[in-house]
Amino acid sequence: MGTVTLENVSKRFGGFTAVHPTSLHIPEGSFLTLLGPSGCGKTTTLRMIAGLLDPSDGEIFIKGKSVNNLPIYKRNLGIVFQNYALFPHKTIFENIAFGLKYRGVSKQETARRVRDVLDLVQLPHVADRYPKALSGGQQQRIALARAIVIEPDVLLLDEPLSALDANLREDMRVELKRIQHQIGITTVFVTHDQSEALAMSDEIVVMSAGRIEQQGQPEAVYNTPATEFVARFLGASNVLPATTQVMAAEDIQVETNHFGRLVLPRKRAPQIEGEGRSQLIVRAEKVHVEPAGQTMDGAISVPGRIEAVDYQGQAVRYFVRVGDTQLQALNMIKEHPFEEGAEVSVNVRGWDCTLLPEAAA
Amino acid sequence: MGWFLVRGWAFLVYLFMFLPVAVVVLLSFNASQFGSFPMTGVSLRWFAELFSNEAILRAFRTSFILGLCTAMISTVLGVLASMALVRYKVPGRAVISMLLIAPILIPEVVLAVALLLFLNFLSLNKSFGMLLMGHVVFTLPFVVLVVQARLVAIKREYEEAALSLGANPVQTFFQITLPLMAPAIFAGMLFAFTISFDDITGTLFWKPGGVETVPTQIFAMLRNSISPEINALGTVMILLTVGLPLLGAAIARRMAGKINT
Ligand SMILES: Nc1ncnc2c1ncn2[C@@H]1O[C@H](COP(=O)(O)OP(=O)(O)OP(=O)(O)O)[C@@H](O)[C@H]1O
Ligand SMILES: [Mg+2]
Repeated sequence: MGTVTLENVSKRFGGFTAVHPTSLHIPEGSFLTLLGPSGCGKTTTLRMIAGLLDPSDGEIFIKGKSVNNLPIYKRNLGIVFQNYALFPHKTIFENIAFGLKYRGVSKQETARRVRDVLDLVQLPHVADRYPKALSGGQQQRIALARAIVIEPDVLLLDEPLSALDANLREDMRVELKRIQHQIGITTVFVTHDQSEALAMSDEIVVMSAGRIEQQGQPEAVYNTPATEFVARFLGASNVLPATTQVMAAEDIQVETNHFGRLVLPRKRAPQIEGEGRSQLIVRAEKVHVEPAGQTMDGAISVPGRIEAVDYQGQAVRYFVRVGDTQLQALNMIKEHPFEEGAEVSVNVRGWDCTLLPEAAA
Repeated sequence: MGWFLVRGWAFLVYLFMFLPVAVVVLLSFNASQFGSFPMTGVSLRWFAELFSNEAILRAFRTSFILGLCTAMISTVLGVLASMALVRYKVPGRAVISMLLIAPILIPEVVLAVALLLFLNFLSLNKSFGMLLMGHVVFTLPFVVLVVQARLVAIKREYEEAALSLGANPVQTFFQITLPLMAPAIFAGMLFAFTISFDDITGTLFWKPGGVETVPTQIFAMLRNSISPEINALGTVMILLTVGLPLLGAAIARRMAGKINT
């Protein structure tokens, strides 16, 4: 098991910089996710850690040792590729045993370890089959088994779940996390799916255009986005112009066009240093839509009108007009959802909001 | 009506092309003294005579050895060249690729004369080695084309996965890339063999005195007389040069079916 450290690592392709100088530390045994939209440099970063790409600049350390000049086959990594890359001409047993062959593991020991890892991924009966005789989800598990059977220092996964259908993806998510937890391996996971990232990670690194936007635990990244990009990328957020007015020891008072005066705890505005223009971030699920005239404890209530309804079964997403702005609200359904055109009361509580300086946008 | 005409013409064209071949095969079983109609009976007499003719047997042996060597060398070179062109970003890839394919595009006579002049320039004598070299030059493009097409289709991830598991690049090549390329390599090898076995133009220019391959032997025999033996020889050649690739294609398909990337 080992740590991974990136020191000012960057990658240029010709004149295009895919990854700007990036520093990152992944502690032993933790599950770190690189999250970001397509083309933001996640794969490039992962491939540099793997040794499949040479960084243009900077240094990469695995277990504290610089690996810049260490070829991939000497790095002792487990990699799971998006399309699994199981060797089609080898049986499942041969696929999994492949890495052991180059580590001088005896025949008996190999057989034992392959059996154990097949048990771990809950596919004990497929050893003699060829990859094409397995379903996508099964191939996925074998790819994982092949990567971890060699007891790598680090496990690298590039969108390993994206080729699976939605239900299977959620099952595999839990499964993958269970296995990772059980063997306690340092893991770098790449995805553009925020719910995957939130569900699985110890730490999330949000990337955009080759730069790290924010790094932190899932809850911290979700609840206290550091930039407007992060706020918008992780779940639906409403971004409203605001003016910071009074900075007290514990609280901040802000003035908004739509909700008047709101009071936020200071920890919800770590980047705010003084009075002035700012941005109020309100998550869609923190905008509560109630019948007209009704208010909520501790919330500012304003009248609004439902403009569109996106029914999702147990929840519903409203597009509500408040003044000159359309807000998104994601609410659990109590009885029946409101209908389009309904006049409602829109409620927001100060301590549910996050405040960002305007420059961070 | 129009389509009927087109089909009719197509049929006639095929007839024109294949009828002579059919006639040769038919006449090779003719019992008559003369290599022509009418058929006087069915016999294997000319085949028997063929296989007791020392010169022809020698030509067969030469063609076989030449074909095998050509196939081997072309395949090894072709695989190496394809790897270099597809997997490693060698500078001037496009140009090298063009040069490798060029022998297909250049008329064989020109190629034959050019190689001959080149060797004269180096004041080397004609030899079996030189003949082999000539055959390699013009079979190589076929191998390169077939193998390259396959290699492009093999995803890099397989090799990357092998490398990540601890196999070094050489081990990765023999464990992963080569087996996945096998059907194409096999097909390329067969191509090279049949093309070499069939060739006459280049061979006439390059062969040293006294050495005959099957095609040049037939050519030589035709100059004297039209013996019915030639019909039998033709039938054997057809069997080899049509049958081998068909067989090869079937085997390659089965191999590919098992691998199925
Ligand atoms: N070999 C290459 N040559 C040139 N540009 C490249 C190369 N590889 C990647 N890029 C560019 O670098 C940027 C980052 O690519 P990367 O594959 O890391 O994105 P990603 O975050 O993994 O996206 P996705 O979610 O689509 O996989 C992209 O703009 C891409 O076009
Ligand atoms: Mg990617």
